Amino acid sequence: MTTTAPDIKKATTPARSRRGGVIGNTGLYVATGIAGLLFLIPFYLIVRNALMTDQEITGENWKWFPTDIQWGNITEPFDDVTVDFAHAMWNSVVVAVLHTSGILLVCSLAGYGLARIPYKHANKVFYAVLVTLMVPTAVTFVPSFVLVSSLGWVDSYRGLIIPGLFSGFTCFLFRQYFLGFPKELEEAARVDGLGYWGAYWRVVVPNSLNFFAAIATITFINGWNAFLWPLVIGQDPSAWTVQVALSSYMTNQTVNYHLIFMATAISILPLLLVFLFLQRWLVQGIAQTGIKG
Amino acid sequence: MSTAATRKVAQPAPAEVPRTRPRRSLRASSTFNFWLFTGPFLIGLVIFVFVPIVWSMYLSFFEARFTVTPSEFVGFANYRQILTDTDFRNSLVTFTVFAAFIVPATWALSLGLALLVNRLRFMRAFFRSVFFLPTACSYVAAALIWKMSIFNGVRFGLANTVLDWFGVENIAWLANPDPPWYWLVIVTVRLWLQSGFYMILFLAALQNIPQELYEAAAIDGAKPGWQTFRYITLPQLRATSTAVILLLLIAAYQAFDEFFNLLSKTTWGQPPLVELYKMALGENQNYGAGSAGALVLTLLICVVTLLQGKIMGFGRGEESK
Repeated sequence: MTTTAPDIKKATTPARSRRGGVIGNTGLYVATGIAGLLFLIPFYLIVRNALMTDQEITGENWKWFPTDIQWGNITEPFDDVTVDFAHAMWNSVVVAVLHTSGILLVCSLAGYGLARIPYKHANKVFYAVLVTLMVPTAVTFVPSFVLVSSLGWVDSYRGLIIPGLFSGFTCFLFRQYFLGFPKELEEAARVDGLGYWGAYWRVVVPNSLNFFAAIATITFINGWNAFLWPLVIGQDPSAWTVQVALSSYMTNQTVNYHLIFMATAISILPLLLVFLFLQRWLVQGIAQTGIKG
Repeated sequence: MSTAATRKVAQPAPAEVPRTRPRRSLRASSTFNFWLFTGPFLIGLVIFVFVPIVWSMYLSFFEARFTVTPSEFVGFANYRQILTDTDFRNSLVTFTVFAAFIVPATWALSLGLALLVNRLRFMRAFFRSVFFLPTACSYVAAALIWKMSIFNGVRFGLANTVLDWFGVENIAWLANPDPPWYWLVIVTVRLWLQSGFYMILFLAALQNIPQELYEAAAIDGAKPGWQTFRYITLPQLRATSTAVILLLLIAAYQAFDEFFNLLSKTTWGQPPLVELYKMALGENQNYGAGSAGALVLTLLICVVTLLQGKIMGFGRGEESK
């Protein structure tokens, strides 16, 4: 906190920060820089270990960079016979994509219905949704598993995806959003002869793409990174998502460091791409909604 | 909620008008449309949220091992078993210790990062992204990095390498049942993963503080730095801080991924959900006791959420908008 008095002239710029002198600024950037480096160390370690040989990783002296970059490591997780990594990646893609599209469809419709369609018991229905917010889904995984297993959905995409679609919280977020949606647009659509359904798809959704993108980004990340439910449902290796596969590496008898870290790097890559290209929506979404998951 | 109610009252009832024209009536009926929009969600909510909870209430009163359709009624025996089980009670202690460290640590770090980033003039978006980047990483991947590379108990782990430069002996981070070392691993992994996320919340809140407050304080002679932070920034962030702390608490309560992966072969440091997992899906597949445990934990978290409701008002986030 080493700032000098605020500079009035510069304080008129939109940035809200108070202005420091040269020393204050240098200190600020040094502190931020060090914190930033510390935050990047784990990512650095993934790349370092993924592109080294095991001899170098476990060697006597610490090496910051591989002597020879082992590009050949990239294919190793896919050739590994103990864990079908390629299949686990594919499962994760299917699950995350369907999870995201399913949640968006089901929860946005319900949120719109609760926010905009007059019905005399709407408030009671809304309270029933609110009650579920108090019970986190993670805590009820035992009952959910009991239900899903008696439906015979263990080790299936259905079991991995469908129980997670009915998120009271996402529905709640959509309701809040639609309450603030300009009514005039829908009324114009109504005048043009569209019903609720038509107005929703032709007017409301096309004008809400930013919000949908924000929710989609957060939902996709959570879907890709989910572990407890896929672990419970994926009893057979053929139903493992990439997170369950990664977890299994850690308990294997033989530890193959470069392979494990290459697999980790590959598993994070899709989300890093999401981050690079969709960060704007992600940050907006978090700032607007306040909560993930 | 109050706005919703008034809006709904203010709406004319279009359902009455088209009743004279049967062809259009269904499409324009607002009751029909309400169920058309909310029906799929509500059906799913009943099947996958309400039914499991009711079913597990039922199971919790039965001897249910390896079966979900039990016949032997045992009354409160499962609950007695759960509440007298030392592992289960220890897991609540584990959660309490964990929460006591991770909640204040994340609060402080995410607020600190937000204050830093908020004052940057150049490379602000860059540093925001850097601190936010761990959100892309899964708990499993992070646990793997922590366990295999940073806090590997052998010589070539990064932490032990760095300690070695200062002449400190190797530390068996996770393999040592005595605190504090395994706690350091468990807490830092979550700290790294979630701080950036909460930093975004604090950044948004910081940008909502009116600049005039700082100008007025400067005119009144408040020293920039600690004084303005203590008497302006911190009070202005109160709503966000309360929300963040409660979110952190609920998230800590549900901690599973990093404990499961970091302490997979140990008997120490087992939080509630890991105990539950072992009970219901471990060797015994005891769904009766597992259900009882799930309900006890659900009840506990409901109490916390209701307390939150008392403090912040029901339907979080609504009032703050």
